[in-house]
Amino acid sequence: MLVLEDVHTHYGKIEALHGVSVEVKKGEIVSLIGANGAGKTTLLMTVCGNPQASSGRIFLEGREITREPTAQIMRSGIAIVPEGRRIFSGLTVEENLHMGGFFNTKTEIRKSQEHVYELFPRLKEREHQRAGTMSGGEQQMLAIGRALMSRPEMIILDEPSLGLAPLIIKQIFEIIGQLREEGITVFLVEQNAHQALNLADRGYVLETGKIRLHDTGKNLLENPDVQNAYLGG
Amino acid sequence: MAANNFRHALFCAFITLIISYPIIGFNLEAQGINVTLTGADASTIVMVLLAALIVFLFQMFREQIMGGLKSIPHPLPQSNKEPMAENRRAKIESWVLTGIVIFALFWPFLVSRGSVDLATLVLIYIMLALGLNVVVGLAGLLDLGYVAFYAVGAYTFALLSQYTGISFWLALPIGALLAALFGLVLGFPVLRLRGDYLAIVTLGFGEIIRILLNNWTTLTGGPNGIGGIPDPTLFGMEFGRRVKEEGNTSFHETFGIAYSGEHKVIFLYLIALVLAVFTALVIRRFMRMPVGRAWEALREDEIAARSLGLSRTAVKLSAFTIGAFFAGFAGTVFASKQGFISPESFVFLESAIILAIVVLGGMGSQIGVVLAAIAVTILPELAREFSEYRMLIFGAAMVLMMVWRPQGLMPMRRIHIELKRQE
Repeated sequence: MLVLEDVHTHYGKIEALHGVSVEVKKGEIVSLIGANGAGKTTLLMTVCGNPQASSGRIFLEGREITREPTAQIMRSGIAIVPEGRRIFSGLTVEENLHMGGFFNTKTEIRKSQEHVYELFPRLKEREHQRAGTMSGGEQQMLAIGRALMSRPEMIILDEPSLGLAPLIIKQIFEIIGQLREEGITVFLVEQNAHQALNLADRGYVLETGKIRLHDTGKNLLENPDVQNAYLGG
Repeated sequence: MAANNFRHALFCAFITLIISYPIIGFNLEAQGINVTLTGADASTIVMVLLAALIVFLFQMFREQIMGGLKSIPHPLPQSNKEPMAENRRAKIESWVLTGIVIFALFWPFLVSRGSVDLATLVLIYIMLALGLNVVVGLAGLLDLGYVAFYAVGAYTFALLSQYTGISFWLALPIGALLAALFGLVLGFPVLRLRGDYLAIVTLGFGEIIRILLNNWTTLTGGPNGIGGIPDPTLFGMEFGRRVKEEGNTSFHETFGIAYSGEHKVIFLYLIALVLAVFTALVIRRFMRMPVGRAWEALREDEIAARSLGLSRTAVKLSAFTIGAFFAGFAGTVFASKQGFISPESFVFLESAIILAIVVLGGMGSQIGVVLAAIAVTILPELAREFSEYRMLIFGAAMVLMMVWRPQGLMPMRRIHIELKRQE
């Protein structure tokens, strides 16, 4: 589904990714874990074409997207829930969702909207409220709901647990599991390694711009190095 | 705290003294060929001292005074009430608006020529503010050089009429389209800029256009401007006493009524009214279309908007282009109304006033912007009897306005219902 081959990314002269290769297969949940500054967000942004990879190749469903503009990539069956939620706080919940389905027809939008409300009944209650007035957890739900509005085949989540209460984090991860049941491929980037690996089919460990480890989620959880570095011993 | 306040207040009073004394206290008088400097009389000095005292007292008790301002009841108590049902309110609103437009159609026949002339100016500002509202209010792109597009519209008509004898009606779309083209051209270099940086670049662009008009003497006549811009015609009927162009007839002869200068003024007013209503309707339409929501999304969060597949280029350029288009409209009407234009009409202050209208009205809100345009244009006229103090009054009114209602006269409405918590 999504393949990165030896991708290098530069910010100006500084190289942030030193040849990263990642593969996400259809229907999988793949987690990418790593410490602050390891390059997790950079990797996602490179997939989205902002910034573009300076070398290496990225494929989405067999099509090379390395040099495509962001807008075009984001319209080809892939959706991202950006780090820090980034909802449109002045717009209502419903308007936020409609923005997510910007390139879809009205009937499609109505269908996906109902679907999102099924997943997150809380959003239905808050339909006409300004998104910025909701709690952090609700905003995260909205961010995920908005990404689902375009009916993507693959969804990328950048630290969905950031700054949320444990109970809410549990809910969010349950929803992510539910997405897999619906056949949506999930690429999850997390600092919350335990939960991310627990849920994942496979996992990657990113360290200072390089992939350090790659295994099934279960094996990584049991790996002593990972336990030491990311799971608090 | 008190000592700190005292020092600050003393400093402010001192500044007031050293600024106002030379400005008000000294007079330059021309006596023949000599200019003499005369000092002020005692009463002026007393006034200056009094002003310093007032500044001192205000700064000294600043917190108490500002606190007092806050306790003044909210000017619009309804804003705390529950909103009316959306469809009912929309219905009432559209009836009221239609009523106002119909009234505005007949209004010029009841009042003096001066009022109609002023009302035409108000309508021009409404068009400008509605256009800038797209750029600033909806797309959130701070444009300080908006007047440039207004100038492009006005000069397009002026130059085309001078060199090719084009009529108002043909110049109207050409001026607007050319202004839109300039909007597009300005849009490209500023695509990556936001906020302060964007403001500075647009400011520079506005100045470039003005200076170009001022210095390209061979084409634009420079500071002398361009005169003799024709009035609009009604199906080939001119409104002058005598017909200027062959083939045209004059309005008063065709209808067999006595010539009156008022006909032309009223006709211009009606054109401006129709165009302003047209502008409002078109932009309203845009606001409800996906592109309108895209503007707002980009204003709210650029990264999120891009993550949803919106093209930053297309969204920003469309806002700039559409905003500039209506400025071009307004410019053409302005040129025709004045009959004479010069770069002096397109200084930075104009941009600032249009921006002030948008902010005062409430960013993004059309009705608010229209109300603010009326207020901002008419207020300095009403204050005319205060002669040199009118801009002072105008400024004070703006400051008070922003203290009381920082969100603008009529902030943009969003269906927004607070849920009652179910326990």
